[in-house]
Amino acid sequence: MIEHTLLHISGITKRFPGVLANDRVGFSIAPGEIHALVGENGAGKSTLVKIIYGVMHPDAGEMHFGGAPYAPARPSEARAHGVGMVFQHFSLFESLSVAENVALGMNKEAVGENLDQQIIEVSESYGLPLDPTRLIGSLSVGERQRVEIVRCLLQNPRLLIMDEPTSVLTPQEVEILFKTLRQLSSEGCSILYISHKLDEIRVLCDRATVLRGGKVVGECDPTRETARSIAEMMIGGALELPEPQKPDLGEERLTVTGLSKESDDPFGVNLDKISFAVRAGEILGVAGVAGNGQVELMEVLIGEVLSDNDTIKIDGMAVGHTNPTQRRERGMCSVPEERLGHGAVPDMSLWENTILSARSHKGMENNGILDLGVAQGFGREIVDEFDVKAAGIASVASSLSGGNLQKFIVGREILQTPTILIILQPTWGVDAAAAADIHRSLQDLAKGGAAILVISQDLDELMLISTNFAVISEGKLSDPLPTGSISIEEIGLLMGGVHSSAGKEVA
Amino acid sequence: MDLTILILQGIIVAATPLVFAAIGELVVERAGVLNLGIEGMMILGAIAGFAVTYDTGSFLAGVIAAAFAGAIAALLFGVLTQVLMANQVATGLALTIFGLGIAALWGQAYSGASTDALDAIHIYLLSDIPIIGPLLFSHDPLVYLSIILVVGVSWFLNKTRAGLILRAVGDNHDAAHAIGYSVVGVRMMALIFGGMCAGIGGAYLSLVQTPLWVENMTAGRGWIALAIVVFAAWRPGWALLGAYLFGGVTVIQLHIQGFGVDIDAQLLSMLPYIVTIVVLVVISRDKIRAKLNAPACLGKPFFGSS
Repeated sequence: MIEHTLLHISGITKRFPGVLANDRVGFSIAPGEIHALVGENGAGKSTLVKIIYGVMHPDAGEMHFGGAPYAPARPSEARAHGVGMVFQHFSLFESLSVAENVALGMNKEAVGENLDQQIIEVSESYGLPLDPTRLIGSLSVGERQRVEIVRCLLQNPRLLIMDEPTSVLTPQEVEILFKTLRQLSSEGCSILYISHKLDEIRVLCDRATVLRGGKVVGECDPTRETARSIAEMMIGGALELPEPQKPDLGEERLTVTGLSKESDDPFGVNLDKISFAVRAGEILGVAGVAGNGQVELMEVLIGEVLSDNDTIKIDGMAVGHTNPTQRRERGMCSVPEERLGHGAVPDMSLWENTILSARSHKGMENNGILDLGVAQGFGREIVDEFDVKAAGIASVASSLSGGNLQKFIVGREILQTPTILIILQPTWGVDAAAAADIHRSLQDLAKGGAAILVISQDLDELMLISTNFAVISEGKLSDPLPTGSISIEEIGLLMGGVHSSAGKEVA
Repeated sequence: MDLTILILQGIIVAATPLVFAAIGELVVERAGVLNLGIEGMMILGAIAGFAVTYDTGSFLAGVIAAAFAGAIAALLFGVLTQVLMANQVATGLALTIFGLGIAALWGQAYSGASTDALDAIHIYLLSDIPIIGPLLFSHDPLVYLSIILVVGVSWFLNKTRAGLILRAVGDNHDAAHAIGYSVVGVRMMALIFGGMCAGIGGAYLSLVQTPLWVENMTAGRGWIALAIVVFAAWRPGWALLGAYLFGGVTVIQLHIQGFGVDIDAQLLSMLPYIVTIVVLVVISRDKIRAKLNAPACLGKPFFGSS
């Protein structure tokens, strides 16, 4: 049995204060196998791969690698064994060059004389071309991921761990990645693949291990399952998906005309003559590869960065010069991409975090004095309605898992019943069941007459919920089109920067 | 001609303590830590260096003691901010106040005492070259050490793997931790190096520049060193330039006062500070470049998980 197994783990248990993250987890991976690890947020996937990569250490259980006992004390030991990892939040350094980043991720002994040459050779032989001298900050997200992968490949890995690798890629980039992964697998390298995108797992993976609440609850051959059946194994119940809506659209609520803005950030994107309108009842989806102006657009729309007064109108009123609080008072709410530090204050409790954005809408303020009871009540309401898993409303925001904090922040904004909602990456890192909940509540909000702008990199999500659809690329926005009138392939081309005249022909 | 050489030599003497303090802080900030306690570490170095040299008669012992005193203070800062997660700004300010107080207490016994100045090393033959000789090859060993340090730090940061790791920790400490580098370990070592440099910089004041012990003799040089690091955009060569700019204006304004030019002495004394601030503002006017050069994690606390 041993010679058919590259990695075998059994009884892995890891406890954090208050949570059992992994409870006697065991499975094995064969050489050359592409093995999926799926589960809801907080199911313990990230903890498990961190243990395999030596970032964390298990409280109990054992691992065997290539037949020998394996217990890496630190990542460099894991790398020496031939285990490589591509992180969900890239472990890259923006102000350093590609070659420097690669060198940092390799063990000292493994860095050869001619690193630049090696990078070029390996990256080209796997169809992932890279220039070793460029700064990471100037690369697109897809290119950044290449850096991470090439860094692993240079060390001739026997096992490559990938945590949510496709959430930031265009459909074309995903295809290139899959080709690379299949090539690796045919060369005998095993791959441990974590993703929320179940359709991709069905296409790519040979086997899947399903985790729920830190335990292995099943193993399956994903090619023989449907995305729905895998999702139901993950949540241990039936999955309710939102239905596409055909709403009646009302008045224009948010109008943007000729919006241009230069970015202050050296690696930022300049917005270039953006025009669009969102009407009551409409969900406008904006797709695009990360780093094409999404964050910049959001900042200008919600008033963190000011623009020419007439370029942004709420219900016909020019608001380009008003600050975020004034825009909130006009009915605009927002969910930023960055949860900790932008959407919520990490060290404040959940109920304190409600005060930040809901203080005027929920009447928490009376002549400058805060009514804490109202804030706590509102906090409890969010936790109940959106099924936020937290010890209580007094837990600090940073103690929640990413998906749960996201549910809390989205809930906080939606429950203020805004007339305009700007939302970035509504379901980033959120599992299927919670994502369906968030999508349904967005649809309900729109049905009630709100105008919603969803900026996301998840095309499936946008196709599912948005009434109209546009693509942002290098700070330019294509003309919005009704969802359904445009194919995934065409969107992929738009995302890659082939511009909006193509979109017009389709309309 | 002699006067020019005298002025230029004076500039070197005025700039050297700043070179030490700034190059140390530069390494610390490149690792992502903001230590506002340089002034305190300098004054501790000044009194430790002076007291030990006075008591033992050995300059070497004094300089080592100064480096040691600075390192101890930096270690204290490191434990408070990196292990116990105290706020870096507040801890740095406290370290300055603490250092000034301790130094005054320790220095009570040495008030008004003086030692011989450290002898210059006249490099064989080279120091006999007119003009260039006295200017470049006839200084005390610490001046040479300061230049070697700048070159060494520049080489370390840009050419060695350890330097790359240090910059990586300053750029993104979460990623560095995920790849498997010890963020706290790297920062502690950077802090100790910074403390030693600041200590030697302080000792230069009490052993070479004056050479005697006076309370508060650092007179804000620690803060100037901090400003120089920013003005230099965290590059060692520019830090050297900044230190010499400040030292230069300090010495030249003294000579202007000496010539009896009709400008208030107080205004002239302000000149080095004003020039440094103006240059700093002009240089950092370009917001984008400033952001690109600054270590992205500067002053941010790191909470590692294990």
